Amino acid sequence: MTVVTEGASTRAATNRIGLEKGDYRGRPTTLCQGCGHNSISSQIIAAAYEVDLAPERVVKFSGIGCSSKSPAYFLNRSHGFNSLHGRMPAIATGALVANRSLLGIGVSGDGDTASIGLGQFIHFLRRNVPMVYIVENNGVYGLTKGQFSATADKGQVIKRQGENPFLPVDVCQIGLDMNCGFIARSFAGDPRQVKELLKAALSFRGTALLDIISPCVTFNNRDESTKSYNWGKEHEAPLHDVTLVPRREEIHVEYGEGEATLVELHDGTQLMLRKIGRDYDPTDRRAALHLLEESRAQQVLATGLLFVNPNQPSLQEMLGQVDRPLAALRAEDLRPDRASLERVVAEFV
Amino acid sequence: MNRDVPAAKLAARPDATSEPRLNEFSLVVATVNGSGSQTSNMAIMRALFRMGIPVSGKNLFPSNIQGLPTWFTIRASARSRLARHAQAEVLVGMNPETFLEDVANVPPGGVCFYADHFAQGLDRTDITYYPMPVQELVRQANPPKELREYIANMVYVGVVAQLLGIELEAVRQALMTHFRGKAKAVESNMSMVEAAAQWAHDHLQKRDPFRADRAAMTEDKILVDGNTAAALGAIYGGVSFAAWYPITPASSLAEALQEYLPELRRDSQTGKATYAVVQAEDEMAALGMAVGAGWMGARAMTSTSGPGISLMAEFAGLAFFAEVPVVIWDVQRLGPSTGLPTRTSQGDLLFVRFMGHGDTKHVILLPGSPTECFEFGWRAFDIAERLQGPVFVLSDLDIGMNLWMTDPFRYPETPMDRGKVLTAADLDRLGSFGRYADVDGDGIPYRTLPGTEHPLAAYLARGSGHDEQANYTERPEAWERNMLRLWRKTETARQYVPEAIVDRADGADIGLIYFGSVDLPLQEARQVLAEDGTATSSLRLRAIPFGDEVGDFIRAHAEIYVVEMNTDGQLRQLLQIEFPVEAARLRSLRKNDGLPLTASWIADGVRRKERG
Repeated sequence: MTVVTEGASTRAATNRIGLEKGDYRGRPTTLCQGCGHNSISSQIIAAAYEVDLAPERVVKFSGIGCSSKSPAYFLNRSHGFNSLHGRMPAIATGALVANRSLLGIGVSGDGDTASIGLGQFIHFLRRNVPMVYIVENNGVYGLTKGQFSATADKGQVIKRQGENPFLPVDVCQIGLDMNCGFIARSFAGDPRQVKELLKAALSFRGTALLDIISPCVTFNNRDESTKSYNWGKEHEAPLHDVTLVPRREEIHVEYGEGEATLVELHDGTQLMLRKIGRDYDPTDRRAALHLLEESRAQQVLATGLLFVNPNQPSLQEMLGQVDRPLAALRAEDLRPDRASLERVVAEFV
Repeated sequence: MNRDVPAAKLAARPDATSEPRLNEFSLVVATVNGSGSQTSNMAIMRALFRMGIPVSGKNLFPSNIQGLPTWFTIRASARSRLARHAQAEVLVGMNPETFLEDVANVPPGGVCFYADHFAQGLDRTDITYYPMPVQELVRQANPPKELREYIANMVYVGVVAQLLGIELEAVRQALMTHFRGKAKAVESNMSMVEAAAQWAHDHLQKRDPFRADRAAMTEDKILVDGNTAAALGAIYGGVSFAAWYPITPASSLAEALQEYLPELRRDSQTGKATYAVVQAEDEMAALGMAVGAGWMGARAMTSTSGPGISLMAEFAGLAFFAEVPVVIWDVQRLGPSTGLPTRTSQGDLLFVRFMGHGDTKHVILLPGSPTECFEFGWRAFDIAERLQGPVFVLSDLDIGMNLWMTDPFRYPETPMDRGKVLTAADLDRLGSFGRYADVDGDGIPYRTLPGTEHPLAAYLARGSGHDEQANYTERPEAWERNMLRLWRKTETARQYVPEAIVDRADGADIGLIYFGSVDLPLQEARQVLAEDGTATSSLRLRAIPFGDEVGDFIRAHAEIYVVEMNTDGQLRQLLQIEFPVEAARLRSLRKNDGLPLTASWIADGVRRKERG
């Protein structure tokens, strides 16, 4: 890992495309101190830097809410669209179909994705739009000063609204239902895992869903909430130790037979999932469903890569569109010739 | 042969004074929907067109899949008076449920063809009845059971053709067009047409004045619906992204895109698509996707009707405020709410003009024919990319779904206008970039496209308050600066939208202002009024915001009528806002019953108001 070390040198370190980590920064955050979202933004910066992403090849998306503000706080050199509440999927779908050469990173929240935007979220997954879809999940509306979202725990108590009587929406379960090919859950208090999962997601071609429990320090950080720091710390049960091995590096990490699972992604990078205590195969959809049920019953925050299936066509592949970005096509590609119009019009008799 | 009608009825003769009516009549086919009568009606209409007779067709159909009454009105007119005609001079009664009402709508001297098992409604002595032994002729033809009902409708094609003088060869050509040259389908239908014509030849004697005869008035015209025209216009305008959700009467626009794009827009080397069409989960998503694609630099569009437009309001505001080029077709139907989905209206004008909360003003194009649907189909992208914002095109069910005899489409003569887009080389040269800075003073800023390889290129598009650099700000002066620039931009828009079509009559005190599908009845009404000695001028709006010609026209006429198909007089309201000094002079002629206007309604309205 490359780290900027203080005083060691006047020159900051650079990655393989010659960029400093600072080239991946955004504007100063305006979110609360200690907000899980800021930690996630930092890991997006670190992951992009470490996998040598050209920021101009990235495009950021968000909806509305605290989480959706965060694209302003990372990758300043990437275009982005802070869109409408619950409508990031539509904007991202159109944009990424219009330019398939760009890498999409979308940041949404639990209100944005699981309440107002649940329909669009489901259809986005169903279409397998290639994008890293991050849900910064804290179970509460922050910008409107603390109301329940659809991922709030049943029985959760918040100041103004009292106790929540409804069962939560599990975005990972919806991901499984919609055959999403990359479903991961993590915890903002586990930055290393967040970063490695992000790096893996950036190499995935298709929708990569990351449900990151990201505590709201202002409105939902009571110890009994499953979206609080303390609950997360006490109940997190990582499924495996995640490491992304870029294609350029020889796999020299030693692992014993049966101790780790290697998943090869489209760009040749490999995701190494080293076993921790339990035997879990993230390529088995039924196992993932079972895991979600089990962790719900046992009140455990199972984190890591829950499910992966890299062999599904993306939306652009299904649409059969040209390899060049549609947005870059010129008039001669776009306007059929004069003779063709005469042929068409001749039929209108 | 008909067994139920007394011989006396068959012998009834029309008014002896009626003049021969050569190539000048309205024909209404009353049937039930889902019975395949559309094929038969199209065959009659296309056959008349093939014979060189100007023709129009209006399908008045229910919001239903099968079994409810449908009326198809065909008008043939050597004088090219092709607006909907309220009366059925020639009725083809195929629906027993509505037959009494249908017969009552035949004017004296008219004609009624009817299925000969009908027992009532046959007692008028001032019209000519022709029975058609539909069941018997179908039994003799013995078509496959599943085709029986469809083939039955060919009986009236044959009988009507024989009695009116429609050439069977023209009917055959019409069926060839309809079935796209599928010989088997053409033959199975044509054999029924021929058998029915032969029967009519053998058993019926012509006793009415209506006749079709070969003319030469359609050679430089085409027959096409506005939704197909709009789709083709978009294709020749380089649409590269379209998203839509099924809705009557707009679905056929997106379906025409899907029909023609594969043939017209394949990459020559790879055979892959130079476009993408996505059927969205709803209209919010449809416009959202189009906005995403337009922001990325694609030529992006969506198409919908009233309820879809309502759902699109939030995204329309976003596209206006974030300044994203996108084209939105609204094929208007009768509202509010679900309203009457299969009936026409011009009721979305006010809503679309100001669609979005806060201060939002949209550019609207108003095509008046399928030919203009084609033209605005491509022009809308140029305007949207030039102005960087949404451009709405308001068509309606009448233009969109009915076949119109119209001028052939003209290939776009101007190169595509991609608007103010900065490349990496531009950024090198300029050394700075502010997405929302008004560099040229016209309110239109410069944009960069995502993926532009330059450290200065990026910005975060947003619907929230922003400064010239697209950064979030709540500063009052920054907000006002931005809104005033947007206001300047909406003024700039006037110079980029199509001008109104003005036709001034010598010495006319009366000016008629209108838009869209009102064109046919209004121009016909002007002819009718002129015959009475009342000269009128007309101004057909083709876009909002208005150009200078609109104010000039209003000031040049003592009496101004605003003719439109909505209940609230929406165009008049927009004109009153724009021309407050003239507001009280703007008189309203409006009707909103779901049917295309008729010339007689407009002419009567003008006469009535002129009399005071």
